[in-house]
Amino acid sequence: MSPTLAAVLLIGIFVLAAALIWLGLGLSRRAQRLEEAPPPPEPAEPAEPGGDVAAPPGPPRLRDRMGKTRAALSRSLGALTGRRTIDDEAWDSIEEALLVADVGVTTTSRLLDELRARAATARVDDPEQLVTLLRQEIVDDLSGIDRSLHHAPDGPTVWLFVGVNGTGKTTTIAKLAQREIEGGHAALMAAADTFRAAAADQLTHWAERVGADVVRGQEGADPGSVVFDAVDAAGGRGAGVVLVDTAGRMHTKVNLMEELKKIRRIAERTPGAPQEVLLVIDSTTGQNGLAQARQFAEAVGVTGVVLTKLDGTAKGGVVLAIEVDLGIPVKLIGVGEAAEDLVPFDPAEFAAALFA
Amino acid sequence: MFDALADRFDGIFKRLRGRGRLSDKDVDEVAREIRVALLEADVNVTVVKSFINRVKERARGAEVAKSLSPAQQVIKIVHEELVTTLGGETGKLAMSSKPPTVVMLAGLQGSGKTTAAGKLARHLVADGRKPLLVAADLQRPAAVEQLRVLGQRIDVPVFSEPTDPVKVARAALKEADRTGRNVVILDTAGRLQIDDELMGELRRIRAKVEPDDTLLVVDAMTGQEAVNVAEAFDEAVGLDGVILTKIDGDARGGAALSVKEVVGKPILFAGTGEKLDDFEPFHPDRMASRILGMGDMLTLIEKAEAAFDEEEAAKAEKKLRKGQFTLEDFLDQMQQVRKMGPLQNLVGMMPGLPKEARDAELDESQLGRIEAIIRSMTPEERRNPTVINGSRRLRIARGSGTSTQDVNGMLKQFKMVQQMMRSVAKGKMPRLPVPGR
Repeated sequence: MSPTLAAVLLIGIFVLAAALIWLGLGLSRRAQRLEEAPPPPEPAEPAEPGGDVAAPPGPPRLRDRMGKTRAALSRSLGALTGRRTIDDEAWDSIEEALLVADVGVTTTSRLLDELRARAATARVDDPEQLVTLLRQEIVDDLSGIDRSLHHAPDGPTVWLFVGVNGTGKTTTIAKLAQREIEGGHAALMAAADTFRAAAADQLTHWAERVGADVVRGQEGADPGSVVFDAVDAAGGRGAGVVLVDTAGRMHTKVNLMEELKKIRRIAERTPGAPQEVLLVIDSTTGQNGLAQARQFAEAVGVTGVVLTKLDGTAKGGVVLAIEVDLGIPVKLIGVGEAAEDLVPFDPAEFAAALFA
Repeated sequence: MFDALADRFDGIFKRLRGRGRLSDKDVDEVAREIRVALLEADVNVTVVKSFINRVKERARGAEVAKSLSPAQQVIKIVHEELVTTLGGETGKLAMSSKPPTVVMLAGLQGSGKTTAAGKLARHLVADGRKPLLVAADLQRPAAVEQLRVLGQRIDVPVFSEPTDPVKVARAALKEADRTGRNVVILDTAGRLQIDDELMGELRRIRAKVEPDDTLLVVDAMTGQEAVNVAEAFDEAVGLDGVILTKIDGDARGGAALSVKEVVGKPILFAGTGEKLDDFEPFHPDRMASRILGMGDMLTLIEKAEAAFDEEEAAKAEKKLRKGQFTLEDFLDQMQQVRKMGPLQNLVGMMPGLPKEARDAELDESQLGRIEAIIRSMTPEERRNPTVINGSRRLRIARGSGTSTQDVNGMLKQFKMVQQMMRSVAKGKMPRLPVPGR
């Protein structure tokens, strides 16, 4: 590296440093703003007359689909079967099973500590019973949470779908639209992904397939205007659900997250909207899922997670930390290609699938 | 965010000072920390095990160099081992002696195959080749359309036909012959590695067109599953290399290590952003630093090189040496730095930053305010801010849509920057102030 460049780099770094100092100001401001701002979307009201619940209890398909993965799963817990005592190796294999399921180091050690306590209280001495206890522990962690999707009592309902690139936002919207239509709600898709080539085409294909309306703009158009038009159109037609497909974006891209905030603000022009902001997470995602959830939640107030592509062998264990640490409930899971493969999240099934 | 691995070791090594050799017990203790670091970076559990064993082997009894602390010594060993594992063979596409060369991309849904195909094509064009993009993803609605649009943007022809993927691939070779394209890039549909039917289709395509390079496209955010995916695809179609996508986020990218360990073939390219030229050869050393949370100075320097032009840099250096640094320069530098990408990413790449700074949420809009304030000043005020009195302050605040407190704050911060700059000019490395509240 030439001395000039070294100098330039240093200067660059110091400007950065200056920006960091400025942060002090920015941070305190933001904290203020957060305090002033009205709390993001209404805290889930348990099934009142107006806010009806979208998710009809689906058939327990997850477990059906888990057959393929049994073999893979038993690999890590295989060490447990046939064991008589709970020794270090037993604990190790449980730990490994959790880690392999992408539960993450921190959550795994928390679960194990709690499990040790529970095992001692219950005087469990059979390794296989440990797994049962652990499942129960996870179910306890995830219970008592409202996982329904909320509709507006009157006027259009607006659901925003956000997430990083390639998690399955568009496909999720298609499936959900079909379910809404079958449930007697009109569905309108807003193609607010004006960035990815042919994203609006993809959504339009789906809309035609499932019989939903679609509102789209030009490629490169302002996504906010698409949302505005869509909500407007839905209002004109006497309500229904507006499903807003936003462009996939890295949660680390400041400008793109700003764009998303703007989309939300436009949706907010309709009182009560958006009723849901759903973060779509791919089940193959590792620990970065937590960073994604944190950033999207801070930017646009995520109300729920949709965990997609659970029909593979990935377990999506990171949602455990997302739900427990960040308090964002998992609302739906995707277990296949068909519309009926988008089903409500069931903690018991999830826990079972983590190490079936 | 993740603390640098060095921080984790601090506690362990405080006890070790003054010893010349690492004992087995020390190594074990350190190994546990490394294990956690690697797991948090999403390296597969099994891969972590074998990797740790290799590191232990090397670290056990390793002479502790005088210049390094034991912690640094172990980190160095881990880093070297990571680089060796990630690198190995040099990453280059195999080109057929008899054109067209066929490159087939495969992977899970949403891993970024279509975008990678477009980026690879552009990369090849820059290399003087004549690629043909082939849309063999007839599954996902509008996938063909997506590739066509990408092709248009980079001026590379796109071939497809509404038959079936195997036929499309075969017809594409003829099309390449006919139109004189020398590299064929096959974009296949995303598929689950446990989907026997679709994996069979991939095998049939491979058998028919015999690709010179079969590349697995892997999302850098992938967790433990990376190993299963790599294993299954390698078994089915025999992989020649890997493209790692979406490394522009803050994922630590342990998947890279997992996949490399399973496939044993090089990671050739990395997708680094939204734009079609955000695509570069894979750098094992950088990835190693990233997995360990050691910052990424090299990338930072490269970005600086790209963003700053030589002349401006020279000018800035001269001024800096003289100890002159005005608000105008400040504005210039700020704009240059912003060209390097989102601040959050840059800060993430800077090694040795205090944890508070790394963890701080950078609010880029603040920079816009600074800019607005400086732009609302007269040239004289920018050169010599001491002339700014009450009425000028009010004018500046009005002009920039901020308050006089903001202007005051900005000027105060700038003074500190000036001081830092002066100490840089004197050849001292000033301490980075921690953002105050």
